Amino acid sequence: MRPVIGGRLLVVGYWWLVVEQYQLGRDNVLDIRNLQARVAGNDILKGITLTVNAGEVHAVMGPNGSGKSTLAQVLAGNPVYEVTGGTVTFDGRDLLALQPEERAQAGVFMAFQYPVEIPGVSNAYFLRSAYNELRKARGQDEVDPLEFLDIMEKNLTLVDMDPAMLNRSVNAGFSGGEKKRNEILQMAVLRPRLAILDETDSGLDIDALRVVADGVNTLRRPDNAAIVVTHYQRLLNHIVPDFVHVLSAGRIVKSGGKELALELEEKGYDWLEAPAEALA
Amino acid sequence: MSSSIETLVNREYKFGFVTDIEADTIPPGLGEDTVRAIALKKREPEWLVDWRLKAYRRWVTMREPHWGNVRYDPIDYESQVYYSAPKTAKPIGSLDEVDPKLREAYDKLGIPLKEQQVLAGVAVDAVFDSVSVGTSYREQLGKLGIIFCSLGEAVREHPDLVRKYLGSVVPYSDNFYASLNSAVFSDGSFVYVPPGVHCPMELSTYFRINAANTGQFERTLIIADEGAYVSYLEGCTAPKRDTHQLHAAVVEIIALANATVKYSTVQNWYSGDEEGRGGIFNFVTKRGKCAGANSKISWTQVETGSAITWKYPSVILQGDNSVGEFYSVAVVNHHQQADTGTKMLHLGRNTRSTIVSKGISAGQGNNSYRGRVYVGPKAAGARNYTQCDSMLIGNRCGAHTFPYIEVANDTAQVEHEASTSKIGEDQIFYLQQRGISKENAVSMIVAGFCKDVFKELPMEFALEAQQLLGITLEGSVG
Repeated sequence: MRPVIGGRLLVVGYWWLVVEQYQLGRDNVLDIRNLQARVAGNDILKGITLTVNAGEVHAVMGPNGSGKSTLAQVLAGNPVYEVTGGTVTFDGRDLLALQPEERAQAGVFMAFQYPVEIPGVSNAYFLRSAYNELRKARGQDEVDPLEFLDIMEKNLTLVDMDPAMLNRSVNAGFSGGEKKRNEILQMAVLRPRLAILDETDSGLDIDALRVVADGVNTLRRPDNAAIVVTHYQRLLNHIVPDFVHVLSAGRIVKSGGKELALELEEKGYDWLEAPAEALA
Repeated sequence: MSSSIETLVNREYKFGFVTDIEADTIPPGLGEDTVRAIALKKREPEWLVDWRLKAYRRWVTMREPHWGNVRYDPIDYESQVYYSAPKTAKPIGSLDEVDPKLREAYDKLGIPLKEQQVLAGVAVDAVFDSVSVGTSYREQLGKLGIIFCSLGEAVREHPDLVRKYLGSVVPYSDNFYASLNSAVFSDGSFVYVPPGVHCPMELSTYFRINAANTGQFERTLIIADEGAYVSYLEGCTAPKRDTHQLHAAVVEIIALANATVKYSTVQNWYSGDEEGRGGIFNFVTKRGKCAGANSKISWTQVETGSAITWKYPSVILQGDNSVGEFYSVAVVNHHQQADTGTKMLHLGRNTRSTIVSKGISAGQGNNSYRGRVYVGPKAAGARNYTQCDSMLIGNRCGAHTFPYIEVANDTAQVEHEASTSKIGEDQIFYLQQRGISKENAVSMIVAGFCKDVFKELPMEFALEAQQLLGITLEGSVG
């Protein structure tokens, strides 16, 4: 009897998936519903709802302390942050139930605002380990160092990086620009389904900014998506978003197209904060 | 975080088994008659018996040293057994005659004694409790004039060399444990590399304490004649027992002009259980003398075992332009305590020394680096570089650094760098965000921390060190 029931459940499950897909209308990557989170006893996210479909780039903007970096960290699974409510669905899976490494293996990548130094561990070894972990999670064979070198060569040119960087310890002694380029290099190698860029533009000069933006633009495909968290509009001159969301005090107070970013550049954030208070 | 670190450092001690083998053991206790009984068992010449007795008489006037940053209950030297030998390990002509039970024990340890199975390029001497049970590759080495045998055998077959060098670097009066060792040492390895010979393979000794309540007092003597080169490896394990066992070894190295000796240790004596019961007291004196000009002695150690580690592999830089090196990784967990470091004594001109020490403390472990750099009045142009890093895992462990620097020549250059870091949550999260599990992340960070030392290890030992620390070293080291 058991197998029959199992079979029926499978069929029902399949149809549910088909219906769900139909209702969403598009290839849904990320579905955030009423997400709330806190850190060190302070509520930071107070109910974020956001849907990201394949092929889209969403910019998340907002003043300092609005919660935009927290949103990135919570999606990546930083254990410092505590989720207090809401749901996040990633490719149909409950993202919040996954460990950080499982999220990475499922295709979530975050470019860090402050990339961490790992002394004594070579960049090449680190990158290959990460690459192989993702392959293993997908049931693919690991690649050896020589095969990996081929993969690297193509990606190095993308971010205009000296191959010698591969032999240096991860981020140790890198300049600010080199660290950010290294993040984009990792993104290029790991090819995430969802890339989250956490204030990647902070501390970058215009040349480095262009290299980073070129990297992101080259990696844009119809089957992946990106969330670009930024304080300033200037990055969005290079990475043109499909949607712009403005965060204030832990909520999205306004969403719009790319022109919203320009409006913000002109008017600042102040005009948006008042209605946010009114809503609360 | 704690779970991953626990898996990393709390793994079951694999080598805790006991081999049931009949042993020839002398009764516990220590007196002149004990010393004579050991010498008699080993049919030693009069000069050596006298030397042992002098050491014993000196030892009874000495006091156990307590300046180390370690704490333990008093050791009852009267309850120790000072000699235990597997009965079948009487003189053996070839390795094929080794007792199958002993061979089985070494197979379990991953140390095959059969010559054809021996790791390519590694000659092995195995010391089981008090005696050496077999030395491989002897014939091949003999063709080059290299002597690699047990010290007991060397006393019989090469008495002139032993008499000339035994105690020449670590005299019988050196310190409490060295004197005890000089009085009751049972066996150990002997190496002599003749002038101009580059020893083509790694020489290796594997020490195993098996019998209960038995101290192990091996003594190793390595001589590299002019222009010779040798690389020597030492490994150690012991069964799990809930009483402490004493290990007081002495290693002496002599490097004559233009000679190089590289000595590597992976020490994995049983460290006691999580509550700190049992484990080896590892009180060891290791010292090398760069006797000739342009000679070099390099110590590399990975210390992961023992309840207490008290050892300072040192180099006396007597010859002009001689070089001393000390690379160390010491890991403590649970209630383990380590007080370890080195002494670099610059006596000759333009002598150079490098010290790289990496201490990792986890659980309630306590790790101390203690180092002495001495530059004598005649050591013009001497240089020392010391780097001493500590990593803390958790918040109940300790890391300490005790550097002593004495400089009596104003042309000397001495540098000391030290750092203490905690394994960072941010580092672990960063690696996790790239798909690497928490456990592998910790391993990777620790391997990176130890890289400068691991790259000094010969290939075979790098692998063992990797297993010991649960680390994937591939590619990240070297």
